[in-house]
Amino acid sequence: MDFNDTPDEAAFRAEARAFLVANAAPKSRARPVLRLGDMGADAVQQCKAWQAKKADAGFAAITWPKQFGGREASPILQVIYQQEEDNYAVPRGLFEIGIGMCIPTMMAYARPEQLDRYVRPALRGEEVWCQLFSEPAGGSDLAALRTRAERDGDDWVINGQKIWTSGAHLSDLGIIVVRTDPNLPKHEGLTFFFLDMKSPGIEIRPIHQMSGSSHFNEVFFTDVRLPDAQRLGAVGQGWTVSLTTLMNERLAVGEVHRPDVEDLVELSRSLLVDGAPAIRNGAVRERIAEWYARTHGLKFTRFRTMTALSRGQTPGPENSIHKLVNAGKLQDIASYGLDLMGMAGLVMDDDMAEAYAMFQQALLSSPSARIAGGSDEILRNIIAERVLGLPADIRVDKNRPFNEVPTGAR
Amino acid sequence: MNFDFSDELKQLRDQARRYLVEQSPRAVVRQVLDGGERYATALWRGMAEMGWLGAAIPEQYGGEGLGYEGLCVLAEELGRAVAPVPFASSAYLATEAILLAGSDAQKRRLLPNLADGSAIGCFALAEGSGNPDPANVRLRVVGGRLSGSKWPVMDGGVADFAIVAARDEASDVALFVTDLTAGTVSRRNLTTIDPSRNHARIEFTGTDVEKLGATTGWPVVQRLLERAAILLAFEQVGGADACLEMALGYAMERYAFGRPIGSFQAIKHKLADVYVAIELARSNAYYGAWALSADAAELPLAAATARVSATEAFHLASKENIQTHGGIGFTWDVDCHLYYRRSKQLALAIGAAPYWKNRLVELIETRNAA
Repeated sequence: MDFNDTPDEAAFRAEARAFLVANAAPKSRARPVLRLGDMGADAVQQCKAWQAKKADAGFAAITWPKQFGGREASPILQVIYQQEEDNYAVPRGLFEIGIGMCIPTMMAYARPEQLDRYVRPALRGEEVWCQLFSEPAGGSDLAALRTRAERDGDDWVINGQKIWTSGAHLSDLGIIVVRTDPNLPKHEGLTFFFLDMKSPGIEIRPIHQMSGSSHFNEVFFTDVRLPDAQRLGAVGQGWTVSLTTLMNERLAVGEVHRPDVEDLVELSRSLLVDGAPAIRNGAVRERIAEWYARTHGLKFTRFRTMTALSRGQTPGPENSIHKLVNAGKLQDIASYGLDLMGMAGLVMDDDMAEAYAMFQQALLSSPSARIAGGSDEILRNIIAERVLGLPADIRVDKNRPFNEVPTGAR
Repeated sequence: MNFDFSDELKQLRDQARRYLVEQSPRAVVRQVLDGGERYATALWRGMAEMGWLGAAIPEQYGGEGLGYEGLCVLAEELGRAVAPVPFASSAYLATEAILLAGSDAQKRRLLPNLADGSAIGCFALAEGSGNPDPANVRLRVVGGRLSGSKWPVMDGGVADFAIVAARDEASDVALFVTDLTAGTVSRRNLTTIDPSRNHARIEFTGTDVEKLGATTGWPVVQRLLERAAILLAFEQVGGADACLEMALGYAMERYAFGRPIGSFQAIKHKLADVYVAIELARSNAYYGAWALSADAAELPLAAATARVSATEAFHLASKENIQTHGGIGFTWDVDCHLYYRRSKQLALAIGAAPYWKNRLVELIETRNAA
């Protein structure tokens, strides 16, 4: 065993590092960048400028075919680039969905002339993409979605509502899965399209989250018209196409969450419990040790995945472990940090709260981490069914026409 | 990135697994559990013939020189089989103590016998209740002789010699080697939560002992425990994995309410959590294997992390295996309890979870101070 790069990997890492040294500032650990509220126009511009720079240097889509501006390189190089970029304060959060999910789906199903039109602007950050999947009635049970598309000559007309759409308000384009035949069982009546987010009839309303941020949106469709040429895959094949998109989601690299166990160590050195630093307290030490072991267990699980990637294997559903463990750990560490602060734990004023209120922010934002992008429960189902081979849940709606499936009050 | 065992070691693992399925089925474990034998002697001889006992002993001392990664691979398989043999005592604790502290002459004299199985070693640290701590080492060697009792000593009733932690005449903690067949030694086999592994109380009455090398002080004991922690973590991961496999098998074949119980989320989510705990523990154990084989500066922290993770995973897997089996899971005849017992035995063997968690944080503090 060793942690060394192969010669090719080492050469690539050096190239990536040189690019980052020349173009970005190292990240400061002391004060993490918190993403709060809406992304302002300035931040959008910074993201776009960075994306163009990254694309021109060949780091924006490392695994893509060369004809689309990629390097046709192994996913291991993508992971290496990400490792390096994580050490730098670069503007992020606008293109991950487009580059990571939308465009790969386009590459699998769109026509060549459409790829010529859309891929490069997405890669360079000139156009932003979003993914319109979840609905009020279709979250974990995504295939229960109800937004309708009806054929009208060479066009389709969309009516309905999407929800939890990250960045819809900043997007130029989107991919969408809709119901085209409610008389068929739920997975069979779906069809997939891409569309212009500026189309008449689209209304976008931000969702104000409990954390104060507005990352997600509701998107309403009223007689939105789009040509059949924007269909991806056959009519009724929408579920299969959606799975292509979601498979790419699992390959996306996990974000680094703060506060982490090292932040908790720092906090417990400065706070007092019974007149001594909290870290002297046996109960506190046990909790720190448990989170340290989980954190490093995940880190080394990632190293095992990298080893598999490096040997040309494809990671599978076992990757669900990362988000499942990380999101719950974040919530627990945040809550415990406030406990250590005692009665002052509730204060969020920047100038008074410990660690720039990082623990309080995380207390309020971590509930969304356990739900968005696959809830804890769905991830456990994935592990149980697809890794451990346990039987799928019994589905009472599976073979019934969608319009005869009971829906409850909402 | 090359964070996995080599193909050769994977072959060794597969070979070990097949061998143990044949030679150490759970019927063999029950032989020891039910008091028929104090350890599986035929299995032990077979393991000696295959060179497992000397896996990490350098060739110059009669070993196989397979290295620590090889020893880790074997440890995982022995844990999976709940093998009723004194491997951990002899091949991790006694062997490592001699390698760490012994003089060259002592290595030449003692290691070849450990490697070929003609002698079994054990490690005597505890003197009743408590975790590893210099304050808990009270036995003293005076004029080359040791008096007092050590208990519990894992495999103390089956070993030929012991490595004993005791105070020397300067009151420093040191390691001593002593023959357990001498007339000045009396041994009582203890009744424990895990009868599939021997434990004894050893009474020394003016027993001749020989200091292991020239090293004294608690750090040598700590280093020994850290090295053993990594190997035991592999046993724990192997045991936990066997529990998950048993639970999955049962969840698929047992029907209730007209369907396999493994189709209920109450069972699926429970077993997904067991899987997660095992994967985290396995990854931490791998890091320990790397640290051991590279003799890395990170070894102490890697060991504590692997130990904390593996203890948690085996505990969870063994108790939820019983829970998944329902009523039959807590019967004597079904094998779930073999793992449940072994899980707690291993969790206590070289200090309990609170001790290792505290040690882990001590090491983080040391690292941060550096």
